[in-house]
Amino acid sequence: MITKRIIPCLDVRDGRVVKGVNFENLNDVNSPVELAKFYSDNGADELVFYDITASSDGRKIFTDILRETARNVFIPLTVGGGISSVKDFERVLSCGSDKVSVNTGAIKNPALISEAAKLYGSQCVVISADVKRVDGEFRIFARGGRDDTGIEAINWIKKCVDDGAGEVVLNSIDTDGIKKGFDLEMLKAVCDVINVPVIASGGAGSIEDFITLFKTLPKVDAGLAASIFHFGEVSIKNLKERMRSENISVRL
Amino acid sequence: MIAIINYGVGNLFSLESSFNAIGKNVKVTSDPEDLKKSERIILPGVGAFEDAAKKLKSSGLVETLLDEVKRGKPLLGICLGMQMLFTKSYEFGEHEGLNLIPGTVRYIGEVIPEGLKIPQIGWNALQVGGRSEEVGGQSIIKNNGEYVYFVHSYAAFCDEKFITATTNYGADLTASVQNKNIYGVQFHPEKSGNVGLNILREFCAVSADRQEV
Repeated sequence: MITKRIIPCLDVRDGRVVKGVNFENLNDVNSPVELAKFYSDNGADELVFYDITASSDGRKIFTDILRETARNVFIPLTVGGGISSVKDFERVLSCGSDKVSVNTGAIKNPALISEAAKLYGSQCVVISADVKRVDGEFRIFARGGRDDTGIEAINWIKKCVDDGAGEVVLNSIDTDGIKKGFDLEMLKAVCDVINVPVIASGGAGSIEDFITLFKTLPKVDAGLAASIFHFGEVSIKNLKERMRSENISVRL
Repeated sequence: MIAIINYGVGNLFSLESSFNAIGKNVKVTSDPEDLKKSERIILPGVGAFEDAAKKLKSSGLVETLLDEVKRGKPLLGICLGMQMLFTKSYEFGEHEGLNLIPGTVRYIGEVIPEGLKIPQIGWNALQVGGRSEEVGGQSIIKNNGEYVYFVHSYAAFCDEKFITATTNYGADLTASVQNKNIYGVQFHPEKSGNVGLNILREFCAVSADRQEV
């Protein structure tokens, strides 16, 4: 049976992984290429690279890093950050990424998802939604979670999937960074209305949080996290061994 | 040299990198002369069958490709490239493939239980079957239970003797096939970590001695 995926996320600025990384045995812990290799060797099922560079110089460095990673790491690679046109899709796909995640770009340009899906296939188009509760509803936030767009999230995500997005990363701003577990209520609301893979993001603080996630919501396909993996608080190998002992299908 | 056929379908950077990683000399090419000179050939592909089949046919490479394969040159079709090896695909209509392996390509929704997500995206285990002696050639899929990375909504349906491995997604789906020197994998070996690289190594180790088949 298909396995649940565990996905570390690397935020990259000016060619370096931001958010301090804390690993022994890695010569350069802030090198995206080194870290990607490390995760791939230690059981990550996929990697997400998030470009948080603002300058065009930084963007060039990012694509160089991407190419170097794809030369050395042979698991699926999703790239996000600063994707606002099909040209941006082309830029990162030609450097070896397999999927492209769009966020603010899809809010500003509602045709982007269908255009990209037509050109590259739905399997390539990931919608990454930053969602927060406002006035009793789920709202889409833009610009890395800074701006309330006023858009109701669940219907918007459903529309993105109808337009051709092949996967959804749901990042709950409400639980992000709190490390008390994933936002099960928000995830369930999304899983109930779509039938493409859902990747849970925001809130993981321990192995237990992943177990609860997959046990409570069997429709969730993957769990994504950054700092708990980077800081070594959770090792992917231990996490997956525990998942297997709980009868959650996993690649070991 | 291993020739990766470039017919304008999908990006080949990762595939090229994966052969480099196992120390093989590859060339991404759309020149029939390269296919002739090559030791083995890779037929990649992502996207829709109809579009890919049209592009391959208009690439002017089909004749050379079929010729080389007939002479015993090992060929590996990957993902949509594997589906193109079959007689016909029913993806949005009815489209002809290369007919190197008799069989059809159909929507997985026809056989998997309702409620499962389509496409199948993710890592799933290979169930290596009893390979038929009838199909000849050397096997490249050897280890039962290994995980590889799939992304597909369609799958190949053919005589069991050609199926070298299946994967279970509510139903057993064709994961890999072989007909003598013609190989196909539905999954992405270039995205399946060391397991995938080992399968590419096995393909590179298959005898490439010329012989009429």
